Amino acid sequence: MSDQSSVEILTEWDIVAARQLGRNVAKELGFGTVDQARITTAISELARNIYLYAGQGRIEIQQLTENGMKGILIIAADSGPGIPDVRKVMEDGFTTSGGLGAGLPGVKRLMDDFKIETIQGEGTDIRATKWLR
Amino acid sequence: MPQHIEAQYQEILNEYVKKQTEQNLYVGQNFSRQLILENISPEEVISMHKAAIRELYSDLPDVVWHSFDFLIEMMINYGLALQERQSLLKRQEELKVEMDLAANVQETLLKTKLPSLDGLDIGLLSIPAKKMNGDYIYFVSDYDGYAGVAVADVIGKGLPAALCMSMIKFGMDSLNSSHAMPKDVLSVINRIVEKSVDDSMFVSMFYANYDASAAKLTYGSAGHEPAILYRANTGGFDELEAKGLLLGVSPAAVYEEHSVTLGKGDMVIMMTDGVTEGRTEEGFIERDVIYELIEQKKDEPAQAIVQHVYDELERMQNAELQDDFTLVIYKKV
Repeated sequence: MSDQSSVEILTEWDIVAARQLGRNVAKELGFGTVDQARITTAISELARNIYLYAGQGRIEIQQLTENGMKGILIIAADSGPGIPDVRKVMEDGFTTSGGLGAGLPGVKRLMDDFKIETIQGEGTDIRATKWLR
Repeated sequence: MPQHIEAQYQEILNEYVKKQTEQNLYVGQNFSRQLILENISPEEVISMHKAAIRELYSDLPDVVWHSFDFLIEMMINYGLALQERQSLLKRQEELKVEMDLAANVQETLLKTKLPSLDGLDIGLLSIPAKKMNGDYIYFVSDYDGYAGVAVADVIGKGLPAALCMSMIKFGMDSLNSSHAMPKDVLSVINRIVEKSVDDSMFVSMFYANYDASAAKLTYGSAGHEPAILYRANTGGFDELEAKGLLLGVSPAAVYEEHSVTLGKGDMVIMMTDGVTEGRTEEGFIERDVIYELIEQKKDEPAQAIVQHVYDELERMQNAELQDDFTLVIYKKV
């Protein structure tokens, strides 16, 4: 079972809208303040990557129920250039946004599950889940 | 977050809020170490703090609770930075283990056997400044009255240098003759190095071949530190130089070779620049210092002499080796 809603990422302000959407869903699901902050940080990071590298894309938030567990799924999808070397961007110490962003390893740490699919020239699809404990 | 930690935190915090003593702060700080050990992130600490304050002072204004939520948000990236650091430390530890293994492999791979010749006493000491030794010694001898020795210094350290040395070793093995003359050995190794090694890596090498029947030492050098000749009858020191480019610079490099005949008690001292370029507080170590150290022990076995030179130079440098240190002595007895 899943409920979904999404935000198109075109400008930097859309990052805030995506965060807001994620926070509302996380709160509704019963995540505590710390986990809410982690989930929104992950959304920020993914939305920022779309904004900076793909130009445009979409953040989708789904509520999950699986084996009696509740969770939140973030999907970040874009039709940008794709990531040439996924292994490299998943390495610690490799900061993509040039600043001290959490990067994709950060997103992976903030969430419970993390999947990335990227095809050069076609785009990237990242799915990150966090389960309510 | 384990409940006992939350309870303990609340108790320690409560003590401090009631009485602001250094003792209570000290207890808190010790507790924070435990939190780090248990991988509790900064945002969790603040969340725990907020919960503890709520228990103790539930009637505080909303602005306080909001400010804690804000602080939690602020701390998320700090928490990530901490986790990243821990994972990098783990990675570093793994690399260290790999390096140790590589150093062991290098040691085994590059093992060389001291030749045993009548009338020739050999001393050898090679101490790396770091884990991997950038100096390389290889003896070539097949019990037929010849003892060849290569003393090489790979410019560039660590792993690439070690790989380069393996190449030199296999090059020497392919020559497979203790009779090989220095200029030929150097040109062969030069071609191997030139072909296979990155442009930024160079090797200096001194090659000497001792013919026991004639007590004659023939030597050549590829941009290497000159060897020292000690004459027992005069007590004088000389430098053994031979012209030749560093290995790997040009495939067409040509190497000179010269010979000296050794009398009883004469010594040829071969080394890398780690010996001569050691620095003391007063500056570089002069060659005269090395002469003097050799002189002091000239009547002892070659191994005792190299050990003495090393011990004294190490002492002068406050036990801090700047560079790999290698010393080989051929002493005619």
